[in-house]
Amino acid sequence: MAAEISGADLVKAAALMGAGIAMGLGAIGPGVGEGFAAGKACEAIGRNPGEAGLLTRTMLVGQAVSESTGIYSLVVALLLIFVV
Amino acid sequence: MAYPDQIWIQAASFVGAAFSVGFGAIGAALGEGYAAGNASEAMGRNPEKSGDILKNMLIGQAVAESAGIFALVISMLLIFFEGHGEPLVTAFAFMGAGLAMGLSAIGSGMGGGFPAAEACQGIATNPETQGMLTTNMLIGSAVCQTPAIFGMVVAFMLMFMNFENLPFSPGWAALLGAGLSVGLGAIGSGVGSGIPAGSATRGMARQPAAATTVRTNMLIGSAVSQTPAIFGMVIAFLLVFIDWTGKPASPYWAMLLGAGLSTGLSAIGPGIGNGVTAGEAAEGIARVPEASGPITTTMLIGQTVAQSTVIYGFLVSLILLFIDREASTTMVAWAIPLSAGICMGFGGIGPGIGEGITAAYTVRRIARNQDLNVLLTRVMLVGQAVSESTGIYSLIVSLLLLFVV
Repeated sequence: MAAEISGADLVKAAALMGAGIAMGLGAIGPGVGEGFAAGKACEAIGRNPGEAGLLTRTMLVGQAVSESTGIYSLVVALLLIFVV
Repeated sequence: MAYPDQIWIQAASFVGAAFSVGFGAIGAALGEGYAAGNASEAMGRNPEKSGDILKNMLIGQAVAESAGIFALVISMLLIFFEGHGEPLVTAFAFMGAGLAMGLSAIGSGMGGGFPAAEACQGIATNPETQGMLTTNMLIGSAVCQTPAIFGMVVAFMLMFMNFENLPFSPGWAALLGAGLSVGLGAIGSGVGSGIPAGSATRGMARQPAAATTVRTNMLIGSAVSQTPAIFGMVIAFLLVFIDWTGKPASPYWAMLLGAGLSTGLSAIGPGIGNGVTAGEAAEGIARVPEASGPITTTMLIGQTVAQSTVIYGFLVSLILLFIDREASTTMVAWAIPLSAGICMGFGGIGPGIGEGITAAYTVRRIARNQDLNVLLTRVMLVGQAVSESTGIYSLIVSLLLLFVV
C-alpha cells in the first residue's frame, strides 16, 4: 500500500484534510462571538425599544466584522480544495 | 504482528478501560467540586443551616457521581472481560466502548453539579424551601445522567455484541466511530441539562410559589437539550448495526470515522447552547411566573434554531454512511470523507453555543418586559441567522469535499 502513495497524492490529501480542519475550527469563534453580540443587542433593545433600528444595525455591523475570520477560513478552505 | 490473538484483545481492553475512567472522572470531579464550593459559600452565609446544607451537598454529589461510577464499572468490566470473536475487531470494539462511556460521562458529571450547588445556596437563602429544593435537585440531576446512560448502552453493545462476521477493515472504524459519536455527542447535552436544573433550583428558592411552572419549564428545556445526544446515539446505532461486509476497506474506514466525528463534535455546541437558553428561561419564569407563555415560546424557537448545526452534522454523517464509493487506496480517497466529517463536526460547535447565548439574552429581556416579545424574537432570529453563517460555510465545504472534489 505504501508504494502506491505518490508525492502528488500526499500533497492533495493534505490539502483536502487542511480544508476541512481550517473551516471546521475557523467556524467556532465567529459562531460564538456573533451569538454573543446578538444576545447583547437583544438585551439592549429590551431596555430601550425605541432604538431598535439603531441597535439592530449596530449588531449587524459588529457581527459582520466578527464574521471576517470565518470568511478567511472559508477562503483558505476553498483555495485548498480548488486552487492548490 | 506475530503476537497471539489474546494479547491484542487484552492490550486494547486496558486502553479502553483507561479511556473510560480517565475521561469519565473529569466531569464528576468538576461538578462535585462546584457543588462543594457553593455549599461552603452557602454555609458561610448561613452557618446555622450548615447541617442541612452538608446533607444536601452529599446527596447532590452522590447523583453527580453516578456517571463517574458508570465509567468505573465499564473500566472494571473491560479489564476483566475476555471477549470473543475476531481478535482485532474485538480490540477496536473495546476501545470504542471505553471512549463511548468515558466521553459521555464528562457532561453528565458536570451538569449534575449545577443543581446541587444551587440547592445548597437556596437552603442558605430560604431554609423553608429545603424539601422542594432537594427534590428538584434530584429530578434535575437525574435528567443530566441520561446522556451518560446513552454512552453506557453503546459501551455494553460494543462489548457484548457478536462481531464475528464483521471484516476487520472498515469494521474497526465503525466501532471506534460509534464510540466517538455517542461519547462526544453526550458532552453538550449533559452540561446543557444541568444549567436549567441549576437555574430552576435557584429560582424556586427565591420564588417558591412559582415552583410548579418553573419545574415544568426546566423539564421542557432539559429535554430539548438532550436531543443532540440522541442524534449521536442514532449514528452510533447505525454504525454498529449496518452490515459492512463486502465494503472496500479504503475509503470506507474514513467515511465511518468521519460519520462518527461529524455528529459527535457538532452535537457539543447545540447541547450547551440549548442549556444556556433554558437556564435563562427557568430563571425568568421564577421571577415573573405570568410571563411563562411567551418565555417558553421564545425559548423553544431559540433552541430550535440553535439545534440546526447538529442537524447539519447528522446530515453529513448520514451521507457518509449511505453513499457508495469505489475501492481506492489513494490518500486523497480517504482524506476527503475524513476531512468532511471533521469540518462539519467542529463547524457545528460555535454557532450552537452562540445562538444559545443569543436566545438566552432575549428570553431574559422578555421576562422583564413581555410586551416586547415579538420585536425581540424577531431581532433574535436575525442575530442567530448571522451567527449560523459559519455553520453553513462548514456544511458547504463538507458537501464540496464529498460531491465536487
